[in-house]
Amino acid sequence: MTTKQQKVVELENVVVRFAGDSGDGMQLTGALFSDTAAIAGNDFVTFPDYPAEIRAPQGTVAGVSGFQIHFGHKEIYTPGDTADVLFAMNPAPLKKNLIWVKPGGTIIVDTDTFTEKSLIKAEYTSNPLEDGSLKDYNIIKAPISELTKKSVEDIGLDNKMILKSRNMFALGIMFFIFNREFAVADEFFEQKFKANPLVVESNKKILRAGYNFAETIEALSRITYKVEPAALAKGKYRNITGNVATAWGLLAASEKSGRNLFLGSYPITPATEILQELAKHKSLGAKVLQAEDEIAGIVSSIGASFAGSFAVTSTSGPGLSLKSEAIGLAIMTELPIVIVDVQRAGPSTGMPTKSEQSDLLQALYGRNGEAPCIVIAASSCANCFYYAFEASKLAMEHMTPVILLTDSYLANGSEVFKIPKMSQLPAIKPPIVKADDPDYEPYKRDPEKLNRQWALPGTPGLRHRIGGLEKEDGSGNVSHNPENHQIMCEYRAEKVQRVANYLEPQRVFGPKSGELLVVSWGGTYGVMVETILEMQKQGKKVSLAHFHYINPLPKNTAEIFKGFKKIIVPELNLGQFVYYLRMHFREFTFEQYNKIQGLPFMVKELADKFNELLEEK
Amino acid sequence: MTNNTTTAQKIPTLTKEDFVSDQMVKWCPGCGDHAVLSSFRKILPEIGVRKEDIVVVSGIGCSSRFPYYVKSYGFHGIHGRAAALSSGIKIANPKLQVWMITGDGDSLAIGGNHFIHVLRRNLDINIMLFNNRIYGLTKGQYSPTTPTGQKTKSSPHGIIEHPFNVGELAIGAQGTFFARAVDTDPKLMMEVMLEASKHKGASLIEILQNCVIFNNKTFTDITARETRDDNQIHLKHGEPMLFGKNSDKGIILKGTKLEVVKIGENGIKEKDILVHDKYQWESGIHLLLATMAPPKYPMALGVIRSIADFTYDDKMENIIKQEKENNPIKNMDDLLNSGKTWDI
Repeated sequence: MTTKQQKVVELENVVVRFAGDSGDGMQLTGALFSDTAAIAGNDFVTFPDYPAEIRAPQGTVAGVSGFQIHFGHKEIYTPGDTADVLFAMNPAPLKKNLIWVKPGGTIIVDTDTFTEKSLIKAEYTSNPLEDGSLKDYNIIKAPISELTKKSVEDIGLDNKMILKSRNMFALGIMFFIFNREFAVADEFFEQKFKANPLVVESNKKILRAGYNFAETIEALSRITYKVEPAALAKGKYRNITGNVATAWGLLAASEKSGRNLFLGSYPITPATEILQELAKHKSLGAKVLQAEDEIAGIVSSIGASFAGSFAVTSTSGPGLSLKSEAIGLAIMTELPIVIVDVQRAGPSTGMPTKSEQSDLLQALYGRNGEAPCIVIAASSCANCFYYAFEASKLAMEHMTPVILLTDSYLANGSEVFKIPKMSQLPAIKPPIVKADDPDYEPYKRDPEKLNRQWALPGTPGLRHRIGGLEKEDGSGNVSHNPENHQIMCEYRAEKVQRVANYLEPQRVFGPKSGELLVVSWGGTYGVMVETILEMQKQGKKVSLAHFHYINPLPKNTAEIFKGFKKIIVPELNLGQFVYYLRMHFREFTFEQYNKIQGLPFMVKELADKFNELLEEK
Repeated sequence: MTNNTTTAQKIPTLTKEDFVSDQMVKWCPGCGDHAVLSSFRKILPEIGVRKEDIVVVSGIGCSSRFPYYVKSYGFHGIHGRAAALSSGIKIANPKLQVWMITGDGDSLAIGGNHFIHVLRRNLDINIMLFNNRIYGLTKGQYSPTTPTGQKTKSSPHGIIEHPFNVGELAIGAQGTFFARAVDTDPKLMMEVMLEASKHKGASLIEILQNCVIFNNKTFTDITARETRDDNQIHLKHGEPMLFGKNSDKGIILKGTKLEVVKIGENGIKEKDILVHDKYQWESGIHLLLATMAPPKYPMALGVIRSIADFTYDDKMENIIKQEKENNPIKNMDDLLNSGKTWDI
């Protein structure tokens, strides 16, 4: 598409950040840009960064919404620490995002928005475009508002409408810089504004105006960039967010088990999309009850599980707190249920749109009585699909609640997902009792797994009663017998521990022995891999063990720890997994590294910390 | 799908013995719960549902031990959550007939939220709320229905709260069926239980139930032999609202209020007496009837309200059926490959 002589520079990987007011359409701009990366065959990871308020006052730092994409022709694991290119639609996004731009990085601004009034709103005391404070960056000044208006003045749309499309002018500029095709965006306009051909036309024009503008101005036109396709395995791909991947993993488990999915859930940031996504798929038999509260969400699921559905509830930390008593009921009645906790920054309401790993101990222990359940954690947007599937399989085959931990960062982020074939996924075989089984007893256990069986109401010959009171071993009748209580508590604990016999062994990324082992879990996987890869390239003897199975832990865990002189556990909390590991493995010394700012780790800070440990004698 | 279709199935003849579990009933001697249990076991063979399609669900409290004593599928839940459990069971398998057993503490205090929402959704389940106006299992604290001023263990100076009226709350929550019975009248209990089981939608039966230990005689003015005729009125659809030993007292609407009158006095004739219409959509008269109480009025018993409206479970099944027919996404492979994808 380039017409004049220019240099095309090939890049390994690039981080681009779009930032504007929360009404500026930054998420959409980012999503469209991601689609072009997909078409170009790049690997990518994206991350939206938006405020808790839906529309905070326009032009203020509080109302800034951002979208970051990291794409490349190598494998991409994170949305990137800092941006190579920042697109700032107004002064406030510039103010808020400057710290996330690489020194020497490119910043594109809409100069029309740098008025005295908006500078004051953004709390600037002088105009950053003029006061020299941005001298270390490559600033591209573009009168975007004005040019957007001009480009469609003949179409006859009102000004307000036109200015809403400013983001498409910005996208046009990016299309030029990164040599992208118009087709993806055009298709989108035609779909989205089907009813209004004028809007389709104006968006197309504005997009091209942005492109042409970039081609014309000196500062941009000399160099454009190209990111070659990534070496991804052959197959069919799509872009997927963690929440959608979670919902689909659950649906896949429903299909594989032959049990209709039931979700009881109450809207809560950042888990709501799971509820919304599952509500769409009634053609797959999914029944979704938007419950009156978090408690009804899980309790209705327990009811549905009793009745034979594959039952799920989805929530975030505050909701998990409310569900505690009911999780105990599911543990006592030994019914399968998956509890998805999309973690966010706590305690209490905390920072609802920010990510954290601070619900781990709640998931493990936040209940009255001896109440163990399986706890597993997904580690990437795409593998939310597989861990949701795995959580469901374990719940149904072992007859127990499973808590699946994801987090805000995985849930809202997106990445390239290789589409699996359903025939490749393992079977799920819940222990359902046949009608009129003469040997049926509600609490008779499988000798291997120790699970009880699932006897579904409506089945002749299996009428029985269960509940939250302690059960007599075998018969399931109410029992206050002291010895029986001990036996049952031990059964429930042992049943969960035996799940380890059915898990994949823990893997090590890098050599199986060395100076330093990094032990991490959950949503920090991408940044850990990126850090470890970089350090290994420098010849450092560091490996990574990233955990997905928390309770029970994989059986080879201690074996792995033995191979290293030092172990460090970095977490986005004050040290919950490290506390758990210290309790279980008293023979090892665990260093810890904790960040609790509602933000992900950055490669640099991790590498600094790990290097410090390697140098210490 | 509904009670009607299950009726159509061939159901072997059952007796109440088919519904007696092997568990010892552990309520206090003289407790009203015994009578409710006995009535319930008697109606189960009559309701036209296969015995394995009956599920009895409860929360916590004396009444909530009920499922252990009925030979059926049963689930004794946690405090206040019986409505949520029942909802999940019914939505998951609408062929089941769900009976939810609860109490004034379980459903009006800790479970108040679930209680109003299950009524609002009009899920096709049957709810028996045992109202004894006290917390029995925790030994004598006041409940949301204990009258103002009553001294209990947790209100030594007398209650300073306003009690809930169950019927008023249920109708306010858009309940489509409300009936009231007393534990001393098995015939009436069975009558309203049978009607509740036939009603499509959430059916609520309030059973005025005596706790012999912690709140004995709380309903004596209504149930005692010497006063009951004047303090009870059995409402029957299509019949005038008459009561009293000689059936000579009646209810009329005067202005916007109900009034008790005597036939023959002040020129009142039987045709002046209100005729009960349980199917009336407008809830005004039903609310007035539900809130009547001695000494000014008799307590209304029987089916007070029973209106036809759509149920959550029917709507859900219909949408699923339509979606399965019309949605191009038939299975997970379809879904995974839907929307924007690309090949590498």
